[in-house]
Amino acid sequence: MTLEILSFGFMQRAVISGIAIALLCSVVGLFLVLRRYSLFGDAVAHSSFGGIAAGLLIGVYPLWTAYIVSLASAIIITKIRQKFDISGEAAVAILLSSGIAIGLILISLSGGFSMDIFSFLFGSILLVSTEDTILILALTGSILIVILLLYRELIYSTFNEEQAKVSGISVEKINYLIVFIAGITVVTSIQLVGILLISALFVIPNVTAIMYRRGFKQTSLISISIAVFSVVAGIMLSYIFDITPSGTIVLLSTTIFAITLSIKSTGLIAKLTA
Amino acid sequence: MNVIEIKDLTVEYQGIRAIENVSFSINQNDFLGIIGPNGAGKTTLFSCMLGLLENYKGEIRFFGNDIRKSRKYLKDIGYVPQKPVFEKNFPITVREVVKMGMRNYDEKKIDEILQQVWIHELDHRRIGELSSGQQQRVFIAKALVGNPKILILDEPVTGIDTQSTEIFYSILRELNKNQNITIIWSSHDLDAVNRLANKVACLNKTLFFHGISDEFFKNPELLKQYSESSMQQHMHHHIVK
Repeated sequence: MTLEILSFGFMQRAVISGIAIALLCSVVGLFLVLRRYSLFGDAVAHSSFGGIAAGLLIGVYPLWTAYIVSLASAIIITKIRQKFDISGEAAVAILLSSGIAIGLILISLSGGFSMDIFSFLFGSILLVSTEDTILILALTGSILIVILLLYRELIYSTFNEEQAKVSGISVEKINYLIVFIAGITVVTSIQLVGILLISALFVIPNVTAIMYRRGFKQTSLISISIAVFSVVAGIMLSYIFDITPSGTIVLLSTTIFAITLSIKSTGLIAKLTA
Repeated sequence: MNVIEIKDLTVEYQGIRAIENVSFSINQNDFLGIIGPNGAGKTTLFSCMLGLLENYKGEIRFFGNDIRKSRKYLKDIGYVPQKPVFEKNFPITVREVVKMGMRNYDEKKIDEILQQVWIHELDHRRIGELSSGQQQRVFIAKALVGNPKILILDEPVTGIDTQSTEIFYSILRELNKNQNITIIWSSHDLDAVNRLANKVACLNKTLFFHGISDEFFKNPELLKQYSESSMQQHMHHHIVK
């Protein structure tokens, strides 16, 4: 049955893109979660809704306009946090609602909701084209290479900013790099789960993996495994039962989270790591 | 040979002077104990020396170079803060923390340093699960793994039990004597400074004394003046609070 499903071209593209996005979201998401930026993905995704609507209105491929708007919002959130006495969560909330508001106005100007908008809101992984798949793979590869090259700087400034500065790391540049990478990752992932569920991919596998009380590398590997499993199994199950892939993917990772939480409450994880 | 030179250092926070006209130099292989009451400016002094605070008057030179012009000197500095701030559940092992202090990974070197500070058996434990004393040894290992010429420690044993404190002190003594690392260490523990340091700097916004440790600790008049000025500062600190 599995092999049969995978013989379809659209399923192959969905699974390959899905694995790449799962890998990317869990790696980038771990830095966001540990920096207490869990809702950052949500804010950037919601603000990119404005970009998507603008693209549809002016007749440009919506993801390109979404990339521009999401990167601009990522930088605005960081600037607001740094320059003004406004907390990160408040900045995220302001940007999140403003993005949706701009999107709604642009959509009403263009004559109302269309199927295109719904596919961006709820994801459309089964509809990704070969060009989209190549773009997703290229972006995933490039971002992962940057992360590997700057691994020490990224982990050090996430662990303790002051000590990272003292060791000569340019923490401010690294902070901008992280939001830049996160902005690109968010828009790239919109096709998999859509704007409304995007933060689930960043947050749930990582929060689950952290509960296993391992080191950074092992936590990252656990998170990647959970994300990849949820995405591949989610795509398969959604096809078999004819349900939405994005909802299935997120519910699968939530189920793994719930199972981990129950194992943790028995004290088993603590015993195994003691 | 001077490794650090501080000239007319003055730091102001919102119109209040935290440090006033402080000048002194530190020689290679010195073990300098910086003492002073709370609010005396010890942490501010370190923040300036480490490039974390740049809004100061005066000049700080490391290895002859003004630190405002280049941050390259930081590769020769190891820093152990008073109480490192990190998330208790941060998923990182002792070995991974130590590794962060290294630019070119060398597992053998990490093993050596972990042995040296007596935490090699804990290398796969998460740092948040360790006691404060063990955590401070991890941070000293992280500082040492980058082969520093100078080690700066800001009240590193605050809140640590006596046994761990003594282990920590013996590690510092060994580093200074056998590995010729210059140590700059702030502390409230006059007895420990008397035992370990060859030089002392008494800071209470201004520099009250700087010189050979024995000259300070064997001079009852100086000790009396120091304790009186500390007491005044202590009272002031509480009244302001």
